Amino acid sequence: MAGHSNYVPQSAAAKWLESRLPVISLVRGSFVDFPTPKNLNYWWTFGGILFFVLIAQIVTGIVLVMHYTASTTAAFASVEHIMRDVNFGWLMRYLHANGASMFFIAVFIHMFRGMYYGSYKAPREISWILGVVIFLIMMATAFMGYVLPWGQMSFWGATVITNLFSALPLVGEPIVNWLWGGFAVDNPTLNRFFSLHYLLPFMIFGVVLLHVWAFHTSGNSNPTGINPKTKQDTIPFHPYYTVKDLFAIVVFMIFFAYFVFYIPNFLGHADNYIEANPLVTPAHIVPEWYFLPFYAILRAVPDKLGGVILMFGSIAVLFVLPWLDTSKVRSGTYRPLFKQFFWIFAAVCVGLGYLGAMPAEGIYVTLARILTAYYFAHFLIILPLLGFLEKPKALPASISEAVLAGSGGGQPAGAVSAPETK
Amino acid sequence: MAQQDTVEPTRRDFLYIATGAMGAVGVGALAWPFIHQMNPDASALALASIEVDVSSIEEGQSIKVMWRGKPVFIRYRTEKEVGEAKEVPIADLPDPMARNLNLGPDADASDVNRGVEGNEALIVMVGVCTHLGCIPLGEAGDFGGWFCPCHGSHYDTAGRIRKGPAPENLMIPPFEFISDDVIRIG
Amino acid sequence: MKTMIRSARGALLAVAALAVAAPALAAGEGPHIERQQWSFSGPFGSYDQAQLQRGFKVFKEVCASCHGAKFLAFRNLAEEGGPGFTEDQVKVIAAEYEVLKGPNDDGEMEALPAIPSDRFPSPFPNEQAARASNGGAYPPDFSTLAKARAVASGFPGFVFDIFTQYQEHGPDYIYNLLTGYEEPPEGVEVPEGQYYNPSFIAGKSLAMAPPLFEEAVEYTDGTPMTVEQYAHDVAAFMMWVAEPKLEERKNLGFRVMIFLVIFASLLYFTKKSVWRDVDH
Repeated sequence: MAGHSNYVPQSAAAKWLESRLPVISLVRGSFVDFPTPKNLNYWWTFGGILFFVLIAQIVTGIVLVMHYTASTTAAFASVEHIMRDVNFGWLMRYLHANGASMFFIAVFIHMFRGMYYGSYKAPREISWILGVVIFLIMMATAFMGYVLPWGQMSFWGATVITNLFSALPLVGEPIVNWLWGGFAVDNPTLNRFFSLHYLLPFMIFGVVLLHVWAFHTSGNSNPTGINPKTKQDTIPFHPYYTVKDLFAIVVFMIFFAYFVFYIPNFLGHADNYIEANPLVTPAHIVPEWYFLPFYAILRAVPDKLGGVILMFGSIAVLFVLPWLDTSKVRSGTYRPLFKQFFWIFAAVCVGLGYLGAMPAEGIYVTLARILTAYYFAHFLIILPLLGFLEKPKALPASISEAVLAGSGGGQPAGAVSAPETK
Repeated sequence: MAQQDTVEPTRRDFLYIATGAMGAVGVGALAWPFIHQMNPDASALALASIEVDVSSIEEGQSIKVMWRGKPVFIRYRTEKEVGEAKEVPIADLPDPMARNLNLGPDADASDVNRGVEGNEALIVMVGVCTHLGCIPLGEAGDFGGWFCPCHGSHYDTAGRIRKGPAPENLMIPPFEFISDDVIRIG
Repeated sequence: MKTMIRSARGALLAVAALAVAAPALAAGEGPHIERQQWSFSGPFGSYDQAQLQRGFKVFKEVCASCHGAKFLAFRNLAEEGGPGFTEDQVKVIAAEYEVLKGPNDDGEMEALPAIPSDRFPSPFPNEQAARASNGGAYPPDFSTLAKARAVASGFPGFVFDIFTQYQEHGPDYIYNLLTGYEEPPEGVEVPEGQYYNPSFIAGKSLAMAPPLFEEAVEYTDGTPMTVEQYAHDVAAFMMWVAEPKLEERKNLGFRVMIFLVIFASLLYFTKKSVWRDVDH
């Protein structure tokens, strides 16, 4: 990372520091002088947006902890105390609750961007895998955070999801009791979830640094998928991408603020404003929207263990994605068939999300099974075969050539452009 | 790039400065909710007053009540204690101010200004050492008043600092009699 | 500009993806709810003080005999963005209630007149007592009730809800429920101790008897004393009880939005200016 720095310490103090802890050249090499492909489009700004949302979640979360009480008798009341009495408490809580959704919106876009442009391919497999690790920790964090207000959905969501582990043969029951610290979701469960919910974001932060380190070692991918060849193909990260990312972050903040200030409860569930009651199950238990596709996969299988395995499998398959895609061409821009399957796959994921919110009966179950089968087929059948069957388009000679073709015209049509402009 | 900058430097510079200033304003405005959330909240501010029945306190007895999370000492002083307190010249006191929130800020620390108006034997004070916030022990110390065991501050029978590191006399909270027997503190 | 269009499309895509996946649609099936006009809906909505005061009267004289509002403090009635009672009025209102305080010096709990910092005392000491007095049914607490009841908009309604900023599921439901009592149609069995109401969220009948009647609560300001008016007023009051910071939120939101839009525009031109020499 530091290798890209043009930094030469000038003052005596700077030289003294540089020879002992080269932190300035590390930061400059990574986020100032770092040579970045000049053709990154706005889909690439979601990395920066995600970093902003992670920091926002950590900061608002630390604030909420100052006022929250993790106890089954006091948790719900302490959240209402935050909403009613704490100065700007309502703002902190709505920022944090909606921030979780914003995090997932941004991470889904970021992942689909990686899939479309083949960012997971060699030599960026480690960066991709670390990304999937971040995604997993995010899901665990979000799930445990949702339990903390101790509303009806908190309680019953926790009950249902922890019970997933009871599907494991032999060890299932002991594991679930171990997770709960008892024989049902109760005070010990709430307190350990609180502890872990506080810990995991900092682990995410650590893995994010590794994730960035990994793709800074290989260099950023870019919409053409071809590596920068000359200096003309790259520009320093600062000021070009700092200002572009900042602009994107502020636009994203407008979207975020719209939810926080005008429809703060749109993404939540009304039942979570009812205090948890272990004797009454709500009529429909629905996870938060970002879990719905996985929830649909879980329910698509009539077998308890099978459903759990398939649900975890739907994420596990992402780990091996770099080796399932057999195409020599990285970017979807030059893969006419892949492009179509990509959009079908995206639609399938949205469809699974919709089915996850529907009752598990009748036509919905049938549809969920079809879409679940397609989800796995995309990774296990379509992607491996496409590499052999597809005839990719001609690749441009360099990023610069592609850029000139894109804005100047006259070059091979569609040599470069974003997916949606074609 | 450097050559081009000279073409229209004013407009571009203005744009960068305006953007930077706007960002600075935004960061500043954003910081406020995160700072203000740590101030006392609405429920804490609402618990401002308590009512105490003082009729059952005998001469030479004290009671302790909680007000805003802090102890308030209410003592019915003996005649001897009042006499001792009255004899001390104000010039000898380390803190010559009354520190009585019911009086003006420049009232002096005479015993009259420390005790309850119209009932000089009674004294009402926040029982928090003005040094670093410990709770002084009653009827103790070199002056027969209060003594803070943390760092050795001695207060006299009117709660005035006489010896030790505390800078001020014990604070007298705002209070009033709402009937013959009951005072409301706060 | 091309990139702008791209990003705008990206945002739209995100909205669409999110919308389709949103949980609000849940079951889809539920009672039919007539949406009402509320002063607090939309980006500039604010509570109607006179309506909240009337709603409080309905709550106090009718609802409060069975329903509590345990997170509502008397002082809230005088706070900004609420019904706008004066501090002195609040003291008088509080003194009408008794709350258990103590233990006193004899170790006893005593029922003392409430002061503004106290919360509203609940009519029953606990859920079991409430059920015992109400034929097994539990009258829910009002503190968050207006946010805890939502009949799903279904697809595609919930997508439009994003743009219309519809957040009034609760008061709409409460109004429909309170005005929804009717004679059961022929052939419909209503269980003993239940009352037919097709607006009820979980079934067609509920244990709460019709609570409102014409002229049940005395309005002195000339507002019509009808069931519909009472239902509107008390639903608005309940929304305030559940979301007392709504006005503060929308006021701040407007200023934040203006700021962000200006800042984003400035950044856009700054970005263009920085990138002017780069083909990309």
